[in-house]
Amino acid sequence: MPNYTFTVNGRTVTVDAPADLPLLWALRDKLGVTGPKYGCGIDVCKACTSHLDGEAVNPCVVPVADAAGRDVTTIEGLADGDALHPVQRAWLEQDVAQCGYCQPGQIMAAVALLKRTPNPTDADIDAIENVCRCGSYFRVRQAIKRAAELMGQG
Amino acid sequence: MASPALNRRRFLTFLVAAPTLSIGVTMATEATDAEAAIPTLPAPADLLDLGDILILAGTPTANMLVLTIESDGSATLQLPREEVGQGITTATAMLVAEELGIELDRVKVKLDDARPELLFNQLTGGSNTIRSVYGPVRHAAAAARTRLIAAAAQRWGTSTQGLTTRDGLVVGLDGLTESFAALTGAAAKADLKTAAPTLKAEADFTVVGTPTSRIDARAMVTGAQRYTLDLDVPGALPTMVRRPPTINGTVKAIANAAAVRAMPGVVDIATVETGVAVAAETFGQARDAVEALQVTWNAGTVDGESDASIKQKLRAAALPFVVPPLLTQYVDAEFDFAFVSHAPLETNSAIADVRADRAEIWAGLKSPIVAQQTIAAELGLPQDSVKVHVVQGGGSFGRRLFFDSALEAARISKAMKRPVKLMWSRVDDMRHGRARAASHHKLRATVALGNVLTFEHRVASVETDFRHGLGEILTAMAASLPVAGNLGFAQTVFLTTIKSPYNFGITTQLLNEVPLRMHTGSWRSVYSANTRGAEEIFVDEIARKLGRDPVAFRRAFLKTARQRAVLDKVVTEGGWGKALPAGFAQGVGFHDEYKSCTACLVTIDARDTTKPRVVSAVIAADYGRPINPRGLESQLLGGLSDAISTTLRAGLHIDRGLPLEGSYSQFHYARQKDTPTDVKIFIMPATGEPGGAGELGVPAAVGAIANAYARATGVKPRSFPIIFPVDFEPFPR
Repeated sequence: MPNYTFTVNGRTVTVDAPADLPLLWALRDKLGVTGPKYGCGIDVCKACTSHLDGEAVNPCVVPVADAAGRDVTTIEGLADGDALHPVQRAWLEQDVAQCGYCQPGQIMAAVALLKRTPNPTDADIDAIENVCRCGSYFRVRQAIKRAAELMGQG
Repeated sequence: MASPALNRRRFLTFLVAAPTLSIGVTMATEATDAEAAIPTLPAPADLLDLGDILILAGTPTANMLVLTIESDGSATLQLPREEVGQGITTATAMLVAEELGIELDRVKVKLDDARPELLFNQLTGGSNTIRSVYGPVRHAAAAARTRLIAAAAQRWGTSTQGLTTRDGLVVGLDGLTESFAALTGAAAKADLKTAAPTLKAEADFTVVGTPTSRIDARAMVTGAQRYTLDLDVPGALPTMVRRPPTINGTVKAIANAAAVRAMPGVVDIATVETGVAVAAETFGQARDAVEALQVTWNAGTVDGESDASIKQKLRAAALPFVVPPLLTQYVDAEFDFAFVSHAPLETNSAIADVRADRAEIWAGLKSPIVAQQTIAAELGLPQDSVKVHVVQGGGSFGRRLFFDSALEAARISKAMKRPVKLMWSRVDDMRHGRARAASHHKLRATVALGNVLTFEHRVASVETDFRHGLGEILTAMAASLPVAGNLGFAQTVFLTTIKSPYNFGITTQLLNEVPLRMHTGSWRSVYSANTRGAEEIFVDEIARKLGRDPVAFRRAFLKTARQRAVLDKVVTEGGWGKALPAGFAQGVGFHDEYKSCTACLVTIDARDTTKPRVVSAVIAADYGRPINPRGLESQLLGGLSDAISTTLRAGLHIDRGLPLEGSYSQFHYARQKDTPTDVKIFIMPATGEPGGAGELGVPAAVGAIANAYARATGVKPRSFPIIFPVDFEPFPR
């Protein structure tokens, strides 16, 4: 099987895997990075949302070969040591999570949105398709707005 | 109305032999006059609801929960319940922090493994956790506090008089302090003389009743929270199952087993009762192998059934009304509700390591004792040779009352003779997992002179499966149930959960079930979401018939001031009756269950009747004694999203023995764009003991949304979800 080398949360890794193995399973089953969650496997629920070179992707449909030579960031890589990312801080302030299973994906989607759109409107937030089966959407919305404030304060 | 039997509950605490202070607590009920405890009128659920039954069934259980003061002075509560997002670990930690006098972040809550000695006291359901542990947790913590204080007094050579605890310290009169860490050994000594523990007065609470964030929130936002599939059990291989083309179909033959076995990463294949399992090095490879399998199948149990045939059976099964529509004016309505997947984001999953003489299971389980018993019987092992670990779950909504994946993982592990990490695909979960049973509702009210004389509701439902231990509890409690005769489990659950909050004269609510062998299960409110939801829609229609405003009508007929208070709260805060643009409308709903009550007022934008959106919501709820108002708001927010989903767009179509929906692209659970941008939630002040929380929010919101839709569009909704086309290409069977 071929080898693919890329970084995960700043750490260089090499995995031995078929080219078409979804990145999600390379992360979870081969590298033990379990923050990105399986929820559908077909880029619908977005629970696995992570970043590839800073862009939001869904590793359940990204072949591991596509990650070669690139930087993968998962929820585990968002904080700077013990210092949480402003989106994570906003999430704690708003107490968004219920079961928590979709939250890594929600947060990574929110980080990507705020990078593109520092002051998102409700319509911008509506465009996030991540499923939260606990129905925490309103708090997700409030947390994104709060994170925008926190990030605006620099 | 509280049950007298429950008011007489008391709790015995005892010292558990351990090097550090460890307090067990058992519930004991004082001798009561059984006849007096179980009145027979007015409606069973008014007197003794399902939650009360679960509490009473758990009453004789010794050592129900254990609180330990660790050598570092922190506290650990072992909780025989399952956390799935509802916030019970946070709420119980708050109870400990309050009563013990310790910081919340120094209280850990561990979910107990299956403990068969707990009998009926390890079932997480019926919105029952806080109601059942509110007393015991506080008594355990009070006993621990009393012993820590006694140990400090002994050390200081003083009396215990005036000694208190705060922030993990015992505080003396002259400013002396000693940490719990330094006292826990001495406090654990059996010969320590202590005063009788006394509970903190509820009026003095500073933690309980204060909005508090989840104790596991940081783990959740950093990816550190571990769910079943995140556990590292050595050697447990990723495993998936190829499932039949119809519900409960079985494997006839595999045409290409050798070829699939030779696929990259595939380690083993085994046929089990539910399909063909493949273990592989990664889930990606297991999925590829499962899809490559060529399997022929035996028929399932409902191959001939589709939505139309099921609806026909339900309509035929609805029991007749008693009151004929003669002489008086009357209102009739019929409603249909589709099957609804629980669809927790974490699909059914489990880890099993089955050996010749023992087995170990890890899964999100709300009925772990029944899981343990069933798996032991299946494996031919003694029950105590099967260790069942309860893992925090990624959502449940009733689903994890069942242990389908744990049982299946055990079978696969036994067949493959290796540990397996089993994951159901989303398609598996939606098509072969559990669902809320489809139901048909017939309602009739007779009215005269502005009054409602009779109110009848006949529910016909596909059978809801209660084979997760609730049946055994009801059997054991049969003598105490407030229902007469030899009712089945379903009828008992129905009658102990469904009641009308209104003075509508002679009221009868009856269930009749259609036994179809499908995978059903309680779905956030056992029967209430659709049964009480339908009634709230019907209440609007009765009001219209009588020419009354929906709010004024409800106010006039609600039974108690407490109920009217939550309704008034949403009416005031939501500006009931304010002018809205064409296509927009408000709707209101009310619900009372498990000693709690709630009202919901929504505004809907139905300018495009095929794309309605709830744009704002105001909710008020009275829980008797809110432990964590912030967590309760979460539960109400979730209930609102559930109601938006199941009322407007989310359901399952059954086609020739199988749901067509296979993922969230087809089962339209609400997304961000479907939910309101303005939500206000009000938790009413404490008035008594805690009522149920998890299930309360759905029915009132179902009523409010449907009523708003009717007022905005002029169309009376009769079938739910309202917008329900097959707007997708189904996945192959």
